[in-house]
Formats: sequence, structure tokens, C-alpha cells
Amino acid sequence: MWRRHAPLAALAVSILAASPAQAVMAYVSNEKSNTVSVIDTDTWTVTRTIKVGQRPRGIEFTRDGKFVMVAVGDDDTIQIIDTASQKVVDTLPSGPDPELFVQDATGKILYVANENDNTVTIIDLEKRVRLGDVQVGVEPEGMAISPDGKILINTSETTNMAHFIDTTTRQIVANVLVDSRPRFAEFKRDGSELWVSSEIAGTVSIIDPAQHTVTGKITFDIPGMRREAIQPVGIGMTRDGKTAFIALGPANRIAIVDGTSHQVTKYLLVGQRVWHMAFTPDEKYLLVTNGVSNDVSIIDVAAQKVIKTIQVGELPWGITIAQP
Amino acid sequence: MIRALVGAIGFALLTTGALADDPVEIGIGYLHGARVKPTLSLIGVPADNDGVAGARLAIDDNNTTGKFLNQHFTIDEKRLKDEDDPAAAAVALAERGIGLILTDLPADALLKAADAVRERGTVLFDVGAIDDRLREEDCRGNVIHTAPTRSMLADGLAQYLVWKQWKRWLLVVGSHPEDKLYADALRRSAKRFGAKIVEERVFEDTGGARRTDSGVTQIQRQMPVFTQQASAYDVLVAADESEVFASYLPYRTWDPRPVAGSAGLMPTSWDPAHDQWGAIQMQNRFIKLNSRRMTAIDAQAWTAVRMIGEAAARVKSPAPKAMLDFLKGPDFSLAAFKGQRLTLRDWNLQLRQPILLADGRMVVSVSPQEGFLHQVSELDTLGVDRPETKCKLH
Repeated sequence: MWRRHAPLAALAVSILAASPAQAVMAYVSNEKSNTVSVIDTDTWTVTRTIKVGQRPRGIEFTRDGKFVMVAVGDDDTIQIIDTASQKVVDTLPSGPDPELFVQDATGKILYVANENDNTVTIIDLEKRVRLGDVQVGVEPEGMAISPDGKILINTSETTNMAHFIDTTTRQIVANVLVDSRPRFAEFKRDGSELWVSSEIAGTVSIIDPAQHTVTGKITFDIPGMRREAIQPVGIGMTRDGKTAFIALGPANRIAIVDGTSHQVTKYLLVGQRVWHMAFTPDEKYLLVTNGVSNDVSIIDVAAQKVIKTIQVGELPWGITIAQP
Repeated sequence: MIRALVGAIGFALLTTGALADDPVEIGIGYLHGARVKPTLSLIGVPADNDGVAGARLAIDDNNTTGKFLNQHFTIDEKRLKDEDDPAAAAVALAERGIGLILTDLPADALLKAADAVRERGTVLFDVGAIDDRLREEDCRGNVIHTAPTRSMLADGLAQYLVWKQWKRWLLVVGSHPEDKLYADALRRSAKRFGAKIVEERVFEDTGGARRTDSGVTQIQRQMPVFTQQASAYDVLVAADESEVFASYLPYRTWDPRPVAGSAGLMPTSWDPAHDQWGAIQMQNRFIKLNSRRMTAIDAQAWTAVRMIGEAAARVKSPAPKAMLDFLKGPDFSLAAFKGQRLTLRDWNLQLRQPILLADGRMVVSVSPQEGFLHQVSELDTLGVDRPETKCKLH
């Protein structure tokens, strides 16, 4: 179905693209309400709420920008939303309880973390078939691909490791211990550093991807905030690698970190239980999801200020914006 | 020593992705008593493998991680009979080279086991005994406690009742020693958090079967009578660890009042209904392995074995002393599906942990409650804090 309808959908998108619908849209997964909110980033308004499967979390645009994939963990699948019709049009054969996933640079292969069976599932996005699995640690979660496409990173939450997987052989080539409950992994665009957030330990490990060693750790200290509440999860880095934004969960703050010195330069107060984030394509704005306050904060990246808050569904979790 | 050396080589090779052939073996003992505690509700009857099932799940989890670290964990389970000597059982495990032992034993038996193997450097993990004295006047430098204390449980409950503005308590206490200890903890909590015990009653255990074919008729008449003419109260708090009466109280009190403590709203370290903070993943793994739901003792045993796994991974050594030092130190924190890191109180080796409040069907709340502040960790608003401790570790 996905394959048959894809050219049609592509056509629909190209027709729409000619209309004023040039606006960049952000798609937000609402974990509790089982919906995806669509935000117009010109008007900062929710233009549509799409019903999806149960417990939507990980959410990503396909590389061609025509579809949005959303992991609906309690339905053990990944649903495909056609951005033209803004409806769910198909599903992918992920393993059980998919949460986060990442695609290769060509958009042909999808790697999915399956929390329930300690595996990473590899899916051919064009043929919509499962290509295989990689056995990893307990509760795989964070996923990232090195800029050169050679290495897939998976973090396992209870094993507390970043697993380095060769994308050609699909074998683990290295395991790096990080602090407790690693949730998210992000490469610098030049491939020089891999950042991994550890939610429970409250740190972000900086890893040298060539040496497979932890070279530094970012820690957070917010006056008046108890240590246990500082739980780093989502990470966003500007393309030049100079500035990083780290969501601190129930600390209700985004830490702004110097990409070179790894020092925290500022904390921005956002909504409650801030989780994941996405930049607009021009990197002018960063949108972050606030789970407990049911909203999305808009951060002006240059000014380093929160400029607006948008109400979405219940427990917003992930967010994706089509990148050029 | 040879094993440690092999381990070191294993780790050295790890960075290249290769593994040594021979993994470092880490054996863990598990001593539990003849648990025959009768319960009022059939639902509360513990499974034969209560506790050890949680340890086995953590062994699996550790071994998944161990694959990447060339470490292998095993468990050696021993159920003591009433006449068995816990000291001898601990020594027997130590003589087989087991330096880490989980215990689900009553306080005195635990102390005997701990003291018998102290000189050998064996570290015990108390996964079952909630007695405060084991962390206070009778604390031991070689015993880590993953079970919460009575005072932690009572404080977790009291914080919620106070937050709810149910500050006038009718305290009903059983006639057995552990019921009285729980009542002591509840009185302490009431005082700490500003609740008032307006009246106390004792429910005498006169013996008799807990299960009869027509018992419900009598109970329906007895419980209202037992609770009538009480001073005005908001909530009945029952201290009945012995399972003699508390479960009979909900819906049967003379005044229409909620019940808490040993029935109704109960404080616990874990509940089969707990699904927040990724706990659903652990619940799923547990059911898959054991075909039943996870209890508090299971979770306490899981936590202990995971602490061992975490320590072994970090110190890259199977030596109990090195693990103990790591667990006591500032770099240890455990993710255990409770929404925040768990750490050890270094003054008495008690694991800090949130306390769940469950009604037998749902998790109603999780303490510490908002607004109960502490200069070190809000988890230290639960139980006996450092300035009050009677523990002297040497």
C-alpha cells in the first residue's frame, strides 16, 4: 500500500508545494492523546490534529519531506503520515514497542530501537520489509547515525552503553559505557563528537567516535533545583556545531551549551518536563516539547529567548520539522 | 586474582570490540527463609519464587550487558528451613567463592549471616527486612539495604495524607511485635509532618483461621462495631503487618472513612500496577520471564542485583570490596524506574528511593510529595535522616 500510493502522494505534495502552503510545518507526537499536532511555523498555530495509534513517541520526516513516520509503541508499529493529506496512510513492520528511530542519509534504511526485546530492527523503507535485527543491550532507546553514514549508534537504557554498529556488516564494533539511563545520542555534523544524554545520572557524555572513549562530561547545576530533577534527554545542535541545546526534563529548562568548551552558558525556563526538540530549517527557531504542561516552547536561537508557547495535545513527546 | 587479571585483559580488548574467551564469573548468593506468612487476601499470597524471580530477571539484564563487558552473572539460591543456621548458610556460600549475597531474612537471621562472613569481606544485600534497627543501632558495614525501612514507608504515606489534608488519624494497631514497630514508625511520621493521631485502638489477635467458608458474615458485623464511637477522624491508619485484620477494614468502618497503612492506601517500594518512568518495560520483561506480576520483594531483589551489575561494570572488577566502595561513593546512581536516580545513604547503606502509594489496583501517588524539602535530597525526607541516625559504621 505504501509502495503503491507513494508516487500518488508525491504528486499531491508537488501540487500543494506550488500553493502558498510553503510554510514549514512541525509535527508533534502527543504520547497520551494518541494524536500528532501540526504546527505552522509562520503563524505559530496548530493547524491540524491527526489521530494516530497508541502511545506515539519517536517522530521523523522522511528525507524527501513527503511523509512523517511516528512510532506508536503500544501498537507495535510505525505509522506513516502523508503530509499532503495529513492522514495516516501506512505502517512499517517495526519490532515490538518501537520508540526512537533514525534513517540513513539516503532515506532508504530505517533503524528502530525496540525497547521490549533488546534489539535494533533494520527496515528497508522503500520495500517496506524488515531486513534484520541487531542484538543490543537492555532497553534500547537513543539512535543516531554518523555523518559519514558508516556507524549507527544505539543507547541502551539499563545497560548504560552507547553501542557502535557498523552499518555495512550490522555488527557491533564497540561499546562505550556512559552514565545511567542513556536516552538520546547526537553527532556533531563534522563527526568529531558524539553526545549522549544520561537521564538519571544527569549528565551528557562527550564521546570521541574514532577512539570510542568518553572524553568529557557536561554537568548541570541550577541554583535552587534539586539534583535529581535535572534529567537531560533531548539534544539539538546547530549545524556549525557551535551551540547545543539540551532538554533537562523535570527541571523545566533548556541548557544552552557552548559546542567547543562544553560549558553551560545559559538556562532557559520552558514548560514542564521538557523532552525533545527540532530546529526550523533556517535554524532561527528551536521548538521544544513540554510533556507535563502539554505545550511547545518556541526559542529564538540567536536571541536565546523563549518567544512563545503553543498548546498541543496531552504529553507532547517528539517533534520533527522537514529539513531542506 | 587470576580471574581479576583475565577480567582486565577482557576490558582491554573490549575497545576493539573483541572479547576474551573466558568471561569473568560473578556469583551471587540468595538466602531466604521459609516464607509462610498467611495473608487475609488470596491475592496477597506470595509466590514460591517471590524475590528470587526479581533477582533472576536482573541476572538476565546484567548478562545482556555482561556480553559486552565479558562478565557473567549467576545466582545460587538457598531456602533456609526453620532449623537451619543462617550463619552456616552464609559461610557455605562464601566458601564456594561467593562474595555477594542477597538476603530475604528476618532481622536477627540477617545479622547472624552478616557477622559470620564479615571477616571474609562478603557483602550482603538486604532485600526483605524493613526493620529500622538494621540501619540504626544494629547497622553493619557489610550490609546494603534495598528494602525501604518502616520509617520510610510510614513517611511516604504520611506526606501524602498530610498533602491531602487528612490530618486526623485513627490509628489501629495489631498485637504482634512488628505491628507495634510499624505503629511506632507511623506515630513518628505523624509528628514529623503535622498529622494528629486522635485515637489509638489495639486489635488483639485471638488466633483462628484467616480463611473460612462463611467468615464474611461475621466480619461485616465485627468491623463496624470495632470502629464505632471513635473521636472525629479523617482517615483510619492500620498497622497490621501480621495480616490479622487490616484488610477487613475498608468499606466496613462505622464512619465512612478511607483506610490507609496495612490496607487501603499502602506504601510500598514497588507495585504490580506501577507503569511510569519506563517501568512498563520492566513489568513486561518480568511477566515474560515469570508468568506473574512483579512484587515489592521482586523489585528489591532486582535492584540489588542491578546494583551489583552496575558496580561490576564501573569498577571492572568482580571484587566485593571494590564494588562496595563504588556503591558507597558519589559516582553511583541507579536507574530503577522510579523517576529519579537512586543512591546510597553513605552513613547506613540504605538505598534512597521514592515510595509508591498503591491501593491494590493502581498507584495513587508517589512520595516524596511536592513541598517536602531537604537540603541534600528530597528522598531524605523519607525515613531516618543523617542527623538523627544511631548508626556508626566503622
